[in-house]
Amino acid sequence: MRATFDRLWARRRLLTYLGLVVAVVITLLPFLWMLLGSFKTQGEILRDPSGFLPQHPTSGNYSTWFDRLHLGRFFLNSLIVALVTVAGNLLFCSMVGYALAKFHFAGKRLVFTLVMITLMVPGVVTFVPLFVLVTKLGLTNTYAALILPFLTSPMGVFMMRQFISGIPDTLLEAARIDGAGELRIWARIVMPLCGPPLATLGILTFLGSWNNFLWPLVAAQSQDMYTLPVALSLYSTGQIATQYGLLLAGSVLVIAPIVLVFVFVQRYFTQSIATVGVR
Amino acid sequence: MAVLTGGAEKGAAARPAGRGGGAGHAPGAPRSLRRRQSLIAWGFSLPFVLLFASFTLIPLLSSFLMSFTDFKSADVDSPFAVNFVGIDQYRTLFGSAQFLKSLRNTAYFVVVGIPLTMGIALVLAVALNSGISRFRTAFRVGFYTPVVTSIVAVAVVWRFILQKDGPLNAVLGWVGISGPDWLNSTTWAMPAMIGLGVWRNMGTLMVIFLAGLQTIPAEVTEAAMIDGAGPVKRFLRITVPLMRPTLLFGAVLLSVWYLQFFEEPFVMTQGGPLDATLSVSYFAFKQFGFGNYAYASAASYVLFVAIALLSMVMFRALRSKED
Repeated sequence: MRATFDRLWARRRLLTYLGLVVAVVITLLPFLWMLLGSFKTQGEILRDPSGFLPQHPTSGNYSTWFDRLHLGRFFLNSLIVALVTVAGNLLFCSMVGYALAKFHFAGKRLVFTLVMITLMVPGVVTFVPLFVLVTKLGLTNTYAALILPFLTSPMGVFMMRQFISGIPDTLLEAARIDGAGELRIWARIVMPLCGPPLATLGILTFLGSWNNFLWPLVAAQSQDMYTLPVALSLYSTGQIATQYGLLLAGSVLVIAPIVLVFVFVQRYFTQSIATVGVR
Repeated sequence: MAVLTGGAEKGAAARPAGRGGGAGHAPGAPRSLRRRQSLIAWGFSLPFVLLFASFTLIPLLSSFLMSFTDFKSADVDSPFAVNFVGIDQYRTLFGSAQFLKSLRNTAYFVVVGIPLTMGIALVLAVALNSGISRFRTAFRVGFYTPVVTSIVAVAVVWRFILQKDGPLNAVLGWVGISGPDWLNSTTWAMPAMIGLGVWRNMGTLMVIFLAGLQTIPAEVTEAAMIDGAGPVKRFLRITVPLMRPTLLFGAVLLSVWYLQFFEEPFVMTQGGPLDATLSVSYFAFKQFGFGNYAYASAASYVLFVAIALLSMVMFRALRSKED
């Protein structure tokens, strides 16, 4: 009886493993195709589009991206935009989070309600007025245009407020009795305690910024302000539309940095999704 | 996890706005002290409030107001030439065959995409949660990789995979199926988009569901096992009911994302063939490109209202189950 049960259990587990392996291989297959295809020449891809291993591997597609298509510039744009966006979110969301969590002030309920309402506003709703605003301010084709609309996020405010609410008041009270000002309390007590939510917010903001597409597409109109996804999409529908090797290499270059980061800090990535549930 | 189960919101409600917190701002505190607290709090909020108002609130309101005018790109420099036209833009929208088509396409994506994504994600999460101890991290990383990658890059690859004689059809050919020219077929272009959506988002849902599954106490499952409930019965009678808040949360999340789908058709089909993959977001984006700013705003507001309504209904369902 016991032996049969064990055997059944073992068989079911084996089947589960097998099913999962098949599923994960199918999931990752597009990436493999992308990687292998990026080392093929246009001729080889056209001859055998479903071929797998490159017959004569070439790095020509990659050198074209760097030499002729200014990939370095797009990479730099994406990085600058993402880093400033992350810094802004960490700073502004934690400040307003502190105020919302630990102070009583006129307009507090209004601020919080408005933040919660905008939590689900799709990007497409605001981009027409944003575009007009950016044009009017003379910011078209500047980093400011790419960054300013994303310096704050309702999700960030909500997260920081929730976390800071959990910090005991007695801790802050003690600091006040010792004569610390509010700015000092925020910087020296609240912020150091906010490691986990700040890391989560930082990861999610960086990912969102790196992969953001609609607004940079509208706001970056000259080539030297393109971010990586914009450059890839505009090239892929325009001048290199049918050069598959080049397109696949471009995709690898857009994806590679974030996948590399992801592999090293995947635990935090998945934890942040599990806890916040919002990309 | 607290957010998932709706507990966070409840916690916030049970702990009203900073009571007992801060430096002596109890209701009975002297007025000058309360004023000082208010000033400090606004000092902390000001940078956020200014940015939030300029780049989120005011644009949101402008978009709404703009949708009742005839604002076009040419009017950017002469705002007084703009006329109030009432609900004309909305009337034109709902009389436009192309917009109605984009609404239908979006609904198709949502209605088919959400159950498919959730179903697959739930199966994966349950499989990972049942007796799998080794390679668990590797599996999680594998299923989650599509989530972190840029949708634009991924759509480029899928455009290649979905060609008439591309890799996917080659694989289908091995089992004797001659696949369609996916992206050039009015029938198959949308299923291809949905496939991409499922592939890309199942990882997120899986991670969320996995977190939800781990909150189910082992004793409950064990008790059912002793009572002789089989795996299917256990899944339907225990797992699904206990996971209800998490499942609903996943549904809200997906509907917010899926209702705005845009990048996939933009990169892969430009909304074609014959508008078969034109989404509402893409419709608005195109009208913006033509310079029809007010019309684009109206289209995007229809989307906004749809998202707001759908999430409100779902959150209400979630809350009533919690009480």
